[in-house]
Amino acid sequence: MTTKKTLTHLQTLEAESIHIMREVVAEFRNPVMLYSIGKDSSVMLHLARKAFAPGPLPFSLLHVDTGYKFKEMYEFRDWYAKEIGAKLIVHRNEEAIAQGAHPLKLGVARCCGALKTKALLDALEAGGYDAAMGGARRDEERSRAKERIFSFRDEFGQWDPKSQRPELWDLYNCRVHEGESIRVFPISNWTEMDIWQYIKLENIPIVPLYYAKERPMVKRGNMLIPGDDPANLKEGEVAENVMCRFRTLGCSPCTGAVYSDATTIEEIVAESAIATRSERETRIIDHGSNSMEDKKKEGYF
Amino acid sequence: MSTIDKTLFNAVETELLRFTTAGSVDDGKSTLIGRLLVDTKGVFEDQLDAAKSVEDKKGAKGAHLALLTDGLQAEREQGITIDVAYRYFATPKRKFIIADTPGHEQYTRNMVTGASTANLAIILIDARKGVLTQSRRHAYISRLLGIPHLVVAINKMDLVDYSEEVYDKIRQDFTDFHGKLSIPGGDITFIPISALEGDMVVERGSNMPWYEGPTLLEKLESAPVEGKINAEDFRFPVQYVSRPQTEELHDFRGYMGRIESGSVKVGDAITVLPSGLTSKIKEIVTWEGNLKEAWAPMSVTLTLADERDISRGDMIVHTDNQPRVEKEITTMICWMHETPLQPGKKYLIKHATNTVKAMVTSLVERVDVNTLEHIAAPAELKMNEIGKVSLKLLKPIACDAYADNRATGGFIVIDDFTNMTVGAGMIQ
Repeated sequence: MTTKKTLTHLQTLEAESIHIMREVVAEFRNPVMLYSIGKDSSVMLHLARKAFAPGPLPFSLLHVDTGYKFKEMYEFRDWYAKEIGAKLIVHRNEEAIAQGAHPLKLGVARCCGALKTKALLDALEAGGYDAAMGGARRDEERSRAKERIFSFRDEFGQWDPKSQRPELWDLYNCRVHEGESIRVFPISNWTEMDIWQYIKLENIPIVPLYYAKERPMVKRGNMLIPGDDPANLKEGEVAENVMCRFRTLGCSPCTGAVYSDATTIEEIVAESAIATRSERETRIIDHGSNSMEDKKKEGYF
Repeated sequence: MSTIDKTLFNAVETELLRFTTAGSVDDGKSTLIGRLLVDTKGVFEDQLDAAKSVEDKKGAKGAHLALLTDGLQAEREQGITIDVAYRYFATPKRKFIIADTPGHEQYTRNMVTGASTANLAIILIDARKGVLTQSRRHAYISRLLGIPHLVVAINKMDLVDYSEEVYDKIRQDFTDFHGKLSIPGGDITFIPISALEGDMVVERGSNMPWYEGPTLLEKLESAPVEGKINAEDFRFPVQYVSRPQTEELHDFRGYMGRIESGSVKVGDAITVLPSGLTSKIKEIVTWEGNLKEAWAPMSVTLTLADERDISRGDMIVHTDNQPRVEKEITTMICWMHETPLQPGKKYLIKHATNTVKAMVTSLVERVDVNTLEHIAAPAELKMNEIGKVSLKLLKPIACDAYADNRATGGFIVIDDFTNMTVGAGMIQ
């Protein structure tokens, strides 16, 4: 008789993610990891370090920067990449940034299209990457729930949700022709709660914006928008100090905060456990006429 | 923040159960999944509000439950499910991943996909219609894919006055044909439910006092999660050879991979297949430090006592417990592409960490998934058809029968011109 050997759900998810990343490195010629500085990226990066220990990361990190990320995010990114000895590539759509692209000027959809989707596609092309790992989760949004872990992109970087490759067992089809690529989502099966529990369990460093503190914010509809940069404010809006934190991190003009007193990771886990609203609710990009599905078809991460 | 349920913090100790759901267009599958998500608080208020606002426009009662799970625009327009979607929810006891697959005839391939990772399948039956052709198909596919635990959820009990007789009749009909499909270690549970009203899903409700078995959620919380993993036979397909060649790790050579089944200890005598080289396990390396023992489905790095020529595609196994090493295999295949499988054609198969050229030497038979009839020597296997095929491989692979080991008995078929995944195989 052998004793019962089981894994907890987090150990199971961890083993799956590590298996996925090793498969990427073994099968692709030139993979890269998309790093967005957020909590999901932090978990994915931590899993990658585990996957290839005791060796170094066998790929670079690619940050597609819009120039509108929070100051704390840039500080964290540069500190952490150095801390773990990762090679970090930053790509920006300099042309659009120079032309003053801003969500209040262009509208959210066009701004995202230029600074995120186009920048991402250009960066992937410039690097000649045949696989790009990203920290998207299937529980985030309903079109993501239908995406494969290894998700095929044609030579234009586009996703066709209706003709996806069947994905069975843990056997991933990694084959692509020249110019085509695969987006790989190693943490597809993690939920927001899993992410927070794992960050707590593994003491993974995260951007301080996830913790509650008093920040200057403006109330716009039922959203709390950062109010420290006058360029992000609409006419008549006045910032006031609010005890709040961010559940997800994107560009500062388009990412809302939630009222919160959670100043420790334990309090964040507890708050997530009883949260009644989804985290994507604080992301303006998800609520325009252009759905996540449409954006993903065009090549959005 | 003062009254937080302590059980939620303990959730890090919970297990993970993966299950799949199969039902036909009007069996109420989306409603059931919506019900599970809503009643276990697996859905957020803003998502529920969005679904409810659509329901208000359409005016159908309970429609918001189904709307919660519709993913793509084409599906919302046509009111159908066209692809596998994955859903997540948790209770204080367990975390769950649902592979939500459509049940129409043309989507056998989606059901096979969803079933490949599941440890339990819920087969939905409309209480008014009883056991239909597709119920047989769903049961057959679940068993073919090696799912040990079947739950037959007899839905829409509210529309048959919660009748025990209706339940008994369906249970008997299903049991009659299912006898042929039984697999070792498999079990089957019948649960009468109303997904729309919620009876016997998460809450028992008060409409069926005659039913004394578990609610659906109780069944999901108690079914063994490790059933789909073979615990006896150690199989370690080498994914990637780690040779960091840094100063402190100058001579390190580690074999990275996932233990697909069984367990391994430091000092174990191993054989590398297909070469047959032997050695002993020196270390089991992980980020947390070296382990004395590791088991499926852990991802680890092994080092060996001797320097051996080992690369991706090789399989490390216990010397006293070895799989077959074969160049000719007989296998069940579910075909997934418009261009049919035909004898004489060549494909690639990806089996464990090996990608090998394969030729179809013969198409032995096709199984009619609706009647379970076997049709000998068909000319081809069309999309969504399942049949028995003989393959000749360019190189030998180390494999087990799928019925004994899902991880070393399953493979995918790839068209090496288009790179599409065109089939799924289960070695006999």
